[in-house]
Amino acid sequence: MGAGWPSVWWMSDMKTSLRGLLPIGDCAWQLPRTGAMRVPGVLYASAELVQAMDTKVFEQMANVATLPGIVRASYAMPDAHWGYGFPIGGVAAFDAEAGVISAGGVGFDISCGVRLLHTGMPTSELENLRDRLADLLQARIPAGVGSCGRIRLSPREMDAMLKGGARWAVERGWGEQEDLEHIEERGCMAGADPAAVSDRAKQRQRDEMGTLGSGNHYLEIQRVQRIFDETTAARFGLAQDEIVISIHCGSRGLGHQIGTDYLRRMALEAGRHGLQLPDRELACAPIRSATGQAYLGAMRAGINCALANRQMLTHLVREVFAVLWPSVSVRVIYDVSHNTCKLEQHEIEGEQRLLFVHRKGATRALPPGHASLPKAYRDTGQPVLIGGTMGTASHVLVGCESSVERAFASACHGAGRAMSRHAARKRWRGGEVRDGLAGRGIVVRSPSLRGIAEEAPEAYKDVDAVVEAAERAGLARRVARLVPLICIKG
Amino acid sequence: MSSVGWEHFHHDADIGVRGYGKTPGEAFEQVALAMMAVVINPGDVRAYCPVDISLRASELDMLLFDWLNELVFIMAARGMVFGRFDVQVDVASIQLTAKAWGEPLQPERHAPAVEIKGVTLTELVVRRLADGRWLAQCVVDV
Repeated sequence: MGAGWPSVWWMSDMKTSLRGLLPIGDCAWQLPRTGAMRVPGVLYASAELVQAMDTKVFEQMANVATLPGIVRASYAMPDAHWGYGFPIGGVAAFDAEAGVISAGGVGFDISCGVRLLHTGMPTSELENLRDRLADLLQARIPAGVGSCGRIRLSPREMDAMLKGGARWAVERGWGEQEDLEHIEERGCMAGADPAAVSDRAKQRQRDEMGTLGSGNHYLEIQRVQRIFDETTAARFGLAQDEIVISIHCGSRGLGHQIGTDYLRRMALEAGRHGLQLPDRELACAPIRSATGQAYLGAMRAGINCALANRQMLTHLVREVFAVLWPSVSVRVIYDVSHNTCKLEQHEIEGEQRLLFVHRKGATRALPPGHASLPKAYRDTGQPVLIGGTMGTASHVLVGCESSVERAFASACHGAGRAMSRHAARKRWRGGEVRDGLAGRGIVVRSPSLRGIAEEAPEAYKDVDAVVEAAERAGLARRVARLVPLICIKG
Repeated sequence: MSSVGWEHFHHDADIGVRGYGKTPGEAFEQVALAMMAVVINPGDVRAYCPVDISLRASELDMLLFDWLNELVFIMAARGMVFGRFDVQVDVASIQLTAKAWGEPLQPERHAPAVEIKGVTLTELVVRRLADGRWLAQCVVDV
């Protein structure tokens, strides 16, 4: 399957299979091809992470491997968990002509992602201002269920936003031109088709521009706690004990409704397209079909909505920082999405092919020299931003050459839940979680105590183990570890 | 458990909602309450504002998918929460007629935990159980 592992390794460790997976390298496992699978599954994780994974992940990897046009393998990242049809932490590439596109392979929160901002400020600046900064952020950043943004989009502006993404936001005064250089797709996803987005989706978004949302979304003030790679960290602008800002959110109600609309349409039309689906949730459409093309246009509009949303939140953060530190300039380090489907060129058995790469809960991790990278990161590789939880770390990784072969230049996206919301709510009280974190110097602000309980850090897997496995598997290299100081939750 | 009621069930990343009833309509009412309980405590809703909903689908389970998604849309687009439902399901024609009673969301009073992004096809089931009760369930993405 051409993952570039020495064949000797593969032969010598055949005997130590784990949960039906064969080891094919360090932190790399193969789910052998059986039944209707067109390609094998490949999972990147440590033995410990594999042991802890829900069996559903393996089932879902195998199901994805049955879809028409799938190329090379159905991949799962170290943070993989049970998703909808596709595993969360799944990567699958389909031939651009003969393949399919899947709404479930992208997810409801289209282009959910992480943006990292640089301040250049030492953590000591925050010493007496932590609560004040938390207050100002909480007042400025619309967060939580039912929160509204500062603008209401007219139908015409809605379409302009869906076409323009972060570029639209910058043109309307929500940020700087140079921000765009450090956003995937230079802040604007080409090929977006606002006409393929339903009125309902637009209606859900009308008042939601520049809002954080709820659930696992957050805005964090973080400290660079550890540097793994001095040279690359310096190029990204990351220095020990300096303050950075992370924004984790997506395409809000618009993306959710696009996901719902097309999941339904694809599920109902699957039979008509002659697709034999082992699980209805794998709902997809041939990429060349009318539904496939409509979803592509709508999904790309959803990507632009997420990029515009994170751009507007960046502007709000800058307004807050200008109040406390007028001379500090807040710069975009990078903005990367982890729920997308993108048309990419990859080399398959010596031949350049165009593929639609689905990444659901997986981050693109481009290697050094890739043409899509901004000038500043052309020789370092892409910053790969891994979100954490309220009480644990986030990580900055960098794309590397081996990731291209291993998983179409992809890496993990976060910790992944270890416990359901239901179980978390039974185990913890929001107030206790908040006070416990405060005792460790982490200020949490949220309109919902129940939301805090459901997002308790212990309800997630160990993010450090996830990124270590990603590094050992050759998906991306660790650059820096970030720890939270203030967390604004939805 | 009694013949009518709702519960949540486990899903790794999200949450499953399940309703039981003596009729399919009752099961649809209960699963809607289970979904509301993901967001708020349905008992905290002053259910004074009625919304009428009529739906038709090609399969009974897709009718459930549409029913719950209709509520998700109204909650998001109109900023409402619901505390009471009255649902009639005609199994033969796969049609639903419903009234949902609720009020505008007030974050301070309702203390919503999380918003629902969408209703999934995962674990989507509508069926009659051996004991005669109706079951309606699915996983919602939050």
